[in-house]
Amino acid sequence: MSFLTRDWRYGPLPRKIETMRIVIIGNGIAGSTAARYLRKRADHELIMISGESAHPFSRTALMYMYMGHLRYQDTKLYEDFFWSKNRIQLLQDWVTKVDTATKTVHLSQSAPLSFDKLILATGSHSNRFDWPGQDLQGVQGLYSLQDLAALEEWSASTRQAVVVGGGLIGIELAEMLQSRGIHVTMLVREDNYWDNVLPKEEAQLIDRHIEAHQVDLRLSTQLQRIVGDEEGRVKEVVTDGGEVIPCQWVGLAVGVHPNAALAQSMGLACNKGVLVDDYLQTSHPDIYAIGDCAELRQPPPGRKAIEPVWYTGKLMGKTVARTLATTPTPYRPGIWYNSAKFFDIEYQVYGTIPSRPAAENTLLWQDARQWQSIRLHFTAAPPHALQGINVLGVRIRHDVADKMIREAWPLSKVMTHWAALYFDPEMSRSLTPALLDAYRERFPDAPIVPKKKRQLRDLLFFKP
Amino acid sequence: MADHTLSLTPPSDMSAAQRISLGVLGLGVLLLLVGSLAHPVALPGLWAHLWAYGMLLSLIGGGAAYYYYRFGQGPAGIRNDGNFHRSATQPWGAMAWILGLVFTGFYIILYWWPEYLHSLIALVDPLFQHWFGRSGLPENTGGYYNPWLAYGLLYSLAVLVMGIRFLYKYRHIRYQQVRTLSVMFFQLVFAFVLPNFLAALNGQELYFHYFWPLDYDVLFPSSVATLTQGPAVAQFFFWWALILAVPGTVVLTYFFGKRWYCSWVCGCGGLAETAGDPFRHLSDKSLRAWQIERYLIHGVLLVITVLTVGLLVNWQWSFLPQQWAEGAQQGYGFLIGSVFAGVVGVGFYPLFGSRVWCRFGCPQAAILGILQKYFSRFRITTNGGQCISCGNCSTYCEMGIDVKWYAQREQNIVRASCVGCGICSAVCPRGVLKLESGPTTHKTVIHIDRDEVKLLEP
Ligand SMILES: Cc1cc2nc3c(=O)[nH]c(=O)nc-3n(C[C@H](O)[C@H](O)[C@H](O)COP(=O)(O)OP(=O)(O)OC[C@H]3O[C@@H](n4cnc5c(N)ncnc54)[C@H](O)[C@@H]3O)c2cc1C
Ligand code: SF4
Repeated sequence: MSFLTRDWRYGPLPRKIETMRIVIIGNGIAGSTAARYLRKRADHELIMISGESAHPFSRTALMYMYMGHLRYQDTKLYEDFFWSKNRIQLLQDWVTKVDTATKTVHLSQSAPLSFDKLILATGSHSNRFDWPGQDLQGVQGLYSLQDLAALEEWSASTRQAVVVGGGLIGIELAEMLQSRGIHVTMLVREDNYWDNVLPKEEAQLIDRHIEAHQVDLRLSTQLQRIVGDEEGRVKEVVTDGGEVIPCQWVGLAVGVHPNAALAQSMGLACNKGVLVDDYLQTSHPDIYAIGDCAELRQPPPGRKAIEPVWYTGKLMGKTVARTLATTPTPYRPGIWYNSAKFFDIEYQVYGTIPSRPAAENTLLWQDARQWQSIRLHFTAAPPHALQGINVLGVRIRHDVADKMIREAWPLSKVMTHWAALYFDPEMSRSLTPALLDAYRERFPDAPIVPKKKRQLRDLLFFKP
Repeated sequence: MADHTLSLTPPSDMSAAQRISLGVLGLGVLLLLVGSLAHPVALPGLWAHLWAYGMLLSLIGGGAAYYYYRFGQGPAGIRNDGNFHRSATQPWGAMAWILGLVFTGFYIILYWWPEYLHSLIALVDPLFQHWFGRSGLPENTGGYYNPWLAYGLLYSLAVLVMGIRFLYKYRHIRYQQVRTLSVMFFQLVFAFVLPNFLAALNGQELYFHYFWPLDYDVLFPSSVATLTQGPAVAQFFFWWALILAVPGTVVLTYFFGKRWYCSWVCGCGGLAETAGDPFRHLSDKSLRAWQIERYLIHGVLLVITVLTVGLLVNWQWSFLPQQWAEGAQQGYGFLIGSVFAGVVGVGFYPLFGSRVWCRFGCPQAAILGILQKYFSRFRITTNGGQCISCGNCSTYCEMGIDVKWYAQREQNIVRASCVGCGICSAVCPRGVLKLESGPTTHKTVIHIDRDEVKLLEP
């Protein structure tokens, strides 16, 4: 009775595609996304290998594990049965070598595996800059589960810690250590926190917030060397100003670089990362690279060649899955977006915001007491087409922001529809009046934006 | 991690003021414990009053001050540090076990051996005599212990003090403030003052914010008879409860979702949202738990519906022997009303999270859930691609919804069990989630076969 089980209403079944074996090295967000979407679209044999963990987990949640907000198992992308149910074979092992001629992956424990296609999703490594003393005990970065375990172990005997680096991982480390009652000194080379990305006003708001959390923030200060005690454990750091700061643990959070060692050993073309074309293909036609480890030969406009962020890994994973399962698909990430959290302040960015915006391109509104800030970036000439939005302490709707920037809305139109952007919880304070005031002050001659009256309907449906 | 598993507060230093407030709170607890273990009944009236009021004031004042110092100062934000390290809030931690046993034991005694609560009842009796002219002691009730006065007071106190804690903890989110003030108001006024006042006035404790099927016995024949033939207020209550149960529930849930009741009004929800907040992360998020939940909660709804209809029909055309009808009524009251809603519902907070009853048992929640899923404008919107799969939302969902599962796939969350507490949105570090009402056409209902990734899906 096979006609009952076959979907006869929709005509013949799709042509059976030859199944092949696809091996993915790295089970981070890039590798996992690729695997999931490959399974969604095709029937190939899928094997995903990682040395770090048996199951894919969220690297961005490392801090929450340490602070006791959740456990390791809560950070897994899916419950364990998900992978076997979807016939994605997981293998915890380190890849030692890949033979491109015979298309074989060699592992440190298991037997070698042959592949038809290979996806490299090996992520990043923490940067180190040849500081004297950087190999002492109690000096480390934070990238992997193993790093977190090491930090956990050192924490018990740490009362004072120094975090080097004014970036995203640095501030997370400061928050983590504070949560255990460890006193933190943060060394930031720049004049303000993360000010190679954030415009000055936003960066200074974060400076003050870091200080409000009792972190000893040292701006324009560099690490000179790390000094150890007799047992080889760090006991103090010396800054470029010659100041000595006693500490029992040092976190090096000065960025990451692509983990391209394996690709190099395979003879693939590499620069800082594994070089890939528009289709995420490496210099070998059967090998692709995605996520943190990939470097685009020709990045799309407004994007960087290496983007070590979660969202890029996800988008690349989806793209490569489509290429391998159905149709060759170029990587088209669209409008840039990113987000982070600095202690209690959420940050979102959409589109382009230079770190040193010129006055004629920017409209800024801030409420320092509420730790809130909104910046709109637009073309200098009328009608001032929107190019980017930067917010602190405010939530913005992704799809609306994306549309406004993609379609280059004139500022006056953005202002008219401003309320549609809000994503703050219901009943939150409306920022529309304040923002409109800032807009009118900046553009006194601009067409007046009709101020929509708050209606009973809005109240009923909790509209801001 | 071992060095702070037994501490109750984060390891940061406590200020002197915080220590003092903790001391006052401790005094209140001491007065309550000593008083309820061996209340000096022989105390002259004045001292009994002093003891009771002293306990009340030090619990409220000390609690408010302690939580102010703990959560109310400095920058506001999410303060979940150490929840999985402290043994009182850790899954199956030592303190959690002890708390669970104490709560459960208390409920068992309360329901079936109230005479052992003699001291507790005597301890708070002066308050009830003073406020409402009521008493729970046998010499005034005609020979039996009424523990429900004392219980109501403790329950309301827990909602009040832990409500204050919640208000400080989430002081940066206005939705949380308004919602918590609402559950505190309904508990204190609708569940405590008003019923006590009415009982003192005409002998009937009426709870205007409970209706069928949570308040299952309103529609049992005996209550229908007494209410519809009782004083005006009882008659009003009967029709009020009926109107709320049918058109009221449907209309309100259509506009606001289940939350208008479960996390804004209901007393069980009120306790869960306030006293249960420290335990919310203990709910089971697995697919298995969800499967059990669906059978149990709809099973209870089915049972109470059949029972109620059966009893009403039997009342008209009696087809059952009287003992059967009474037996069924008592059986439901015992198993669901007492054991499930009471003992398990609250006793198991420290072990299974704060909403065990609401999630697995409450027939009211079942009805509201069905309405919410298929006939409501409510959903949790996922903000584009911003999710980083950190897992905070799922972990802090007291109803055990795996919120992340949807969020990381950029899907909105439409689930029958969601009570709209809004904590997933609060704890999300990337601003991904928003509770809102909107057109029903865009809300995407997702069914339970969620983990199968469909092959060759477009
Ligand atoms: C603490 C921290 C916080 C972060 N927070 C954010 C954030 O908030 N937002 C954001 O956008 N980004 C954040 N990031 C960056 C983000 O986590 C990364 O961009 C992302 O995880 C990269 O994913 P991936 O899949 O490319 O690589 P990875 O997640 O690094 O996965 C690569 C995996 O491959 C394994 N591997 C490598 N080589 C081999 C080998 N030879 N054999 C076997 N296995 C191998 C590695 O062990 C690793 O498990 C954060 C990073 C860190 C460290
Ligand atoms: S808390 Fe937010 S970022 Fe984290 S998994 Fe949930 S939706 Fe995603």
